[in-house]
Amino acid sequence: MATVSFNVNGEVRALKLDTRTTLLDALREHLHLTGTKKGCDHGQCGACTVTVGGQRINSCLTLAVMHEGDSVTTIEGLGTPEHMHPMQAAFVKHDGFQCGYCTPGQICSAVAVLDEIKAGIPSHVTGDLNVAPELTNAELRERMSGNICRCGAYSNIAEAITEVAGRPA
Amino acid sequence: MKFDTPATTNPIDQLKIIGHATSRIDGPLKTTGRATYAYEWHDAGSRPAYGYIVGSAIAKGRIVSIDLSRAKAAPGVISIVTAENAGKLGKGNYNTAKLLGGPEIDHYHQAVAVVVAETFEQARAAAQLVQVNYSAAKGSFDLAAGRDGAAKPPGRGDDQPDTNVGDFPSAFAAAPVQLDATYTTPDQAHAMMEPHASMAAWDGDKLTLWTSNQMIAWTTGDVAKTLGLPKENVRLISPFIGGGFGGKLFLRSDAILAALGARAANRPVKVAMQRPLMFNNTTHRPATIQRIRIGAGRDGKITAIGHESWSGNLPEGRPETAVQQTRLLYAGENRMTALRLAMLDLPEGNAMRAPGEAPGMMALEIAMDEMAERLNLDPIEFRARNDTQVDPEHTNRPFSQRQLVACMKIGAERFGWSARNAEPGKRREGRWLVGLGMAAAFRNNLLMKSGARVRLDRSGTVTVETDMTDIGTGSYTIIAQTAAEMMGLPLEKVVVRLGDSSFPVSAGSGGQFGANNSTSGVYAACVKLRETVAQKLGFNSADVAFSDGQVSSGNRSVPLGQAASDGELLAEDSIEYGDLAKTHQQSTFGAHFVELGVDVATAEIRVRRMLAVCAAGRVLNPKTARSQVIGAMTMGVGAALMEELAVDKRTGFFVNHDLAGYEVPVHADIPHQDTIFLDETDPMSSPMKAKGIGELGLCGVAAALANAIYNATGIRVRDYPITLDKLLQRMPDA
Ligand code: FES
Ligand code: FES
Repeated sequence: MATVSFNVNGEVRALKLDTRTTLLDALREHLHLTGTKKGCDHGQCGACTVTVGGQRINSCLTLAVMHEGDSVTTIEGLGTPEHMHPMQAAFVKHDGFQCGYCTPGQICSAVAVLDEIKAGIPSHVTGDLNVAPELTNAELRERMSGNICRCGAYSNIAEAITEVAGRPA
Repeated sequence: MKFDTPATTNPIDQLKIIGHATSRIDGPLKTTGRATYAYEWHDAGSRPAYGYIVGSAIAKGRIVSIDLSRAKAAPGVISIVTAENAGKLGKGNYNTAKLLGGPEIDHYHQAVAVVVAETFEQARAAAQLVQVNYSAAKGSFDLAAGRDGAAKPPGRGDDQPDTNVGDFPSAFAAAPVQLDATYTTPDQAHAMMEPHASMAAWDGDKLTLWTSNQMIAWTTGDVAKTLGLPKENVRLISPFIGGGFGGKLFLRSDAILAALGARAANRPVKVAMQRPLMFNNTTHRPATIQRIRIGAGRDGKITAIGHESWSGNLPEGRPETAVQQTRLLYAGENRMTALRLAMLDLPEGNAMRAPGEAPGMMALEIAMDEMAERLNLDPIEFRARNDTQVDPEHTNRPFSQRQLVACMKIGAERFGWSARNAEPGKRREGRWLVGLGMAAAFRNNLLMKSGARVRLDRSGTVTVETDMTDIGTGSYTIIAQTAAEMMGLPLEKVVVRLGDSSFPVSAGSGGQFGANNSTSGVYAACVKLRETVAQKLGFNSADVAFSDGQVSSGNRSVPLGQAASDGELLAEDSIEYGDLAKTHQQSTFGAHFVELGVDVATAEIRVRRMLAVCAAGRVLNPKTARSQVIGAMTMGVGAALMEELAVDKRTGFFVNHDLAGYEVPVHADIPHQDTIFLDETDPMSSPMKAKGIGELGLCGVAAALANAIYNATGIRVRDYPITLDKLLQRMPDA
């Protein structure tokens, strides 16, 4: 057992945990923030995506005790049913989900993807590394490919993200 | 309500709310992480313990002994359940293999124990310490090897393994143009994103299960049967389901092991099946070998059509009915189909999205493309020449609606089909060989009894309760739309509660029958509620209008809520069907179009454009219907290009049993997808005049891709999935 404290959605949380507890299980089982989903527990699906210090990670692939002092944002921290984040609202408008299980991960990823492009971080499909990447459909799809949606909402998700990014679909 | 004559005009036809693109009413909950899935009921059970499943390490044989001593001594362990200490267990009506194995083992990763501990980490660690000694037996794992020994499976009602009309052998032999080809489809996994998960809590001999299940009534019954409980003692709660695709139609081991674990631990227990166990522990879509023979005259008219399919399953399992569509889709006087079933010791084969038609259309629609080429006909023209407006096996039985030709023609125009070069391998753009392909889409429309209860309170809010489930299909929303339309309310005045076994039994979610039947059940209950309201308000129910929250007749108008001013009004009814599905064949139709590029050097395949045109009765909500179709198209891309459970034929298991090994389409694989719904209402199907659409969208997609790959490269691949290795050696010279 070990203690750890980190900031989740703006609130400092202190936990006493089995050191084997992943960040994902700390959120879901200990803090009861179950918006972050467990699809595989092996870094294969993206359902557990959250941001830590502004960067998106698979929370199933990291132990909670490694995050002393970190700032974690989960889907619950982005918005509420009454006050949705623009990305959440765009997902509803474009029907960018079906069963909803991959959805929190998709939304957390999408928000981070827009930041990554803004920060000039290249991807596998970026043609010229000396030029700032643009928010093209290819860039977006490449960067979102760590988030599987078995319901197959991809085409609609792309439209939702594009709308939030301010570029017409 | 009995539906036995074609629907006439009814309140749904007002189309004030039905038929409009409506955002999901559960959308804000799902997108903000507030929807509660099976493993997430923190407030329901007090401090649940955690169960972790141990799966069999052999595919067939016996457990000789299990040593639990080390696991029991591990920190935090509360109890361990195995077949030895579980007590007598029955088997559910819908299960083929037992859900808790031992001493006999029926398939690899069949559950053999559940370890219950204080925390997930402790349960997982202790599960590794369970020592099982097996005695393995020889099993059969190879469908191709079992093909010759495959038997004729027993028939079920109208569904017979063999059909024969006219004289197929002679007509085929005499046909001037013939095709005789064999196709294979692999084992496929549902791979829904939410693992099978359940939390169980006992109160004396009453069990509550929070679970993730498509068919609440089937599964409640099977829980009771398996545990030897009266059905009334079992309550299932499943309001949100993280995908199913047929994989959650049935009771699975997570639920039974949670229940057994909770009984042993004497407190609530939750179990989420670990992802690497899912592919072998649960069900899958069985592989098929399909032989298709088509004979036609030079005029392009089919004179003989034959389709045989071989699949495998465990003893008592059913065949994959891959010949189903061939009985209905194209004309031809002489026809035969046959299903054969080999006994295999692989995990249980069962329904996955569009069972039968999905793999059947993967084969048939390549065969049609091949045949069109032999006849020198455009693939659309060939299909159109063989259109039939009657069931070709029973020509006195018309289709209720059949707009296959319109789907193909409209799609061709929208997609720019005329730009396709009939000669393959001729369109080159840079490093890409570009091809266009199409296929027909076909899936039957099924009618199932479905019930609902509606309540009206004094604020004028209507609450619908039914055990119907929403697996991503949009049930919440279309049910709310139905009740709102019927009661003359805005959508916000309808509350929908689903997925609870204490609610009236519905059709459930499966076989694309959910939307039409469950909304028809809500329609029936609302008809009753309208009568009750009219009576209560002293109206003559024949000429009462419900609109804008008011009930009116003549020049008297009263707020709806007033009918409930001295207490809630409640109405319950079911839709039940008469003979219309017997007198008329009810099916859904469509056409799929694909453009893709194949890299000349690497044979990498990239899908560029996709279009589906569907004719499937009234579209209740174009927004959620589109999602059903694009999701199915995406699954079709997976089926065409990547999805395959690799069988280890020596030891008998699916090797790629996680989401890294079992590849499904990701964002990068899927371009923008277009859908078109033809304007159609089908008065034979139900008062809603709707039909299913969620599976239609899958049937034919993979063949459209296969045909596009052929058009791009000239390489005909008849064994799915069409991976690069099947193209590379045969690629045309760059
Ligand atoms: S649960 Fe973390 S990637 Fe799947
Ligand atoms: S919405 Fe179901 S997996 Fe994406």
